[in-house]
Amino acid sequence: MKYLIITILTFFAATFAFAQSLDAKMEVRAQEIGAQLRCVVCQNQSIEESDASLAEDMRRLVRARLEAGDSNADVIDFMQERYGDYVLLKPPVQGNTFVLWFTPFALVLLGLLWFAFRRQKAIANAPLSEEERAKLDAILKGDER
Amino acid sequence: MRGIIPLVLFGLLVLGMAFGLTRDPSVIPSEMVDRPMPAFTLPSLYEDTPDITEAVFDGEISLLNVFGSWCSACVTEHPKLVEIGESTDIQLVGIDWRDTREAGQAWLRRYDNPYDAVIFDEASVLAIDLGVTGAPETFLVDTQGRIRFKHVGVITDESWAEEFLPRIAQIKAEGA
Repeated sequence: MKYLIITILTFFAATFAFAQSLDAKMEVRAQEIGAQLRCVVCQNQSIEESDASLAEDMRRLVRARLEAGDSNADVIDFMQERYGDYVLLKPPVQGNTFVLWFTPFALVLLGLLWFAFRRQKAIANAPLSEEERAKLDAILKGDER
Repeated sequence: MRGIIPLVLFGLLVLGMAFGLTRDPSVIPSEMVDRPMPAFTLPSLYEDTPDITEAVFDGEISLLNVFGSWCSACVTEHPKLVEIGESTDIQLVGIDWRDTREAGQAWLRRYDNPYDAVIFDEASVLAIDLGVTGAPETFLVDTQGRIRFKHVGVITDESWAEEFLPRIAQIKAEGA
């Protein structure tokens, strides 16, 4: 029980120490921005998650810019200007990402079209005309050989 | 006719993989080429020399080389830089990146110091401004202080001859 309390207190102490280093609201913004920026060293992590030293410096830079009065968009623009679209974890919708963003929708549409087309053909095949039926009967009776 | 569809799909898959899987994802296209050097004021690696600013690039063709004493590939690259420093009139500027002064200075004592100036960038200030993703990385800067080319990784004899020399010749031709 004693250890449990100590453990819990340690957790709280850690959170408070962290929150005190920056205005809590700004910290939330910094984390929000950090989660959208790709760590350029370990490429499938955001800079908030990454332990790479460059990501650490980037986190510090994000906080410094927020403290200097930048908006969230300003900070992201700053990073994008230097590292390109690459640094954004969510690719923006623009000319070179149309394929990425719209292929899934195009495939669904194509699938639906194919489905509709296929069904129509199946229905068209179903009934036999009078003439066809007569011919079929003749064949079944064995008249035509 | 129907039999062709899977074959075509398979062909597309092969093509997609041929392009997608053979590219090196660690090479990020640089945004900085053809842009002026960002403004900066950073200390020199050597305490007894004054702070370094972007003015260091004025009027000189320079190589700006990102290194660190922690960077093992930099050891491989270093002899080439020493050779470039000795055999050409190109100014070599180093960025000692995320290092300590002692380690950086000791590293240059051990492997020779080809740099005309060494910027000490402990907290990635200039590195982030330049869009650096790792070391070594080398920027070719023209006499106007514009970045003309970025090379990621070790400079080899081949990359020096094929990627740097033609561009340096071009810069010299522009200046003449």
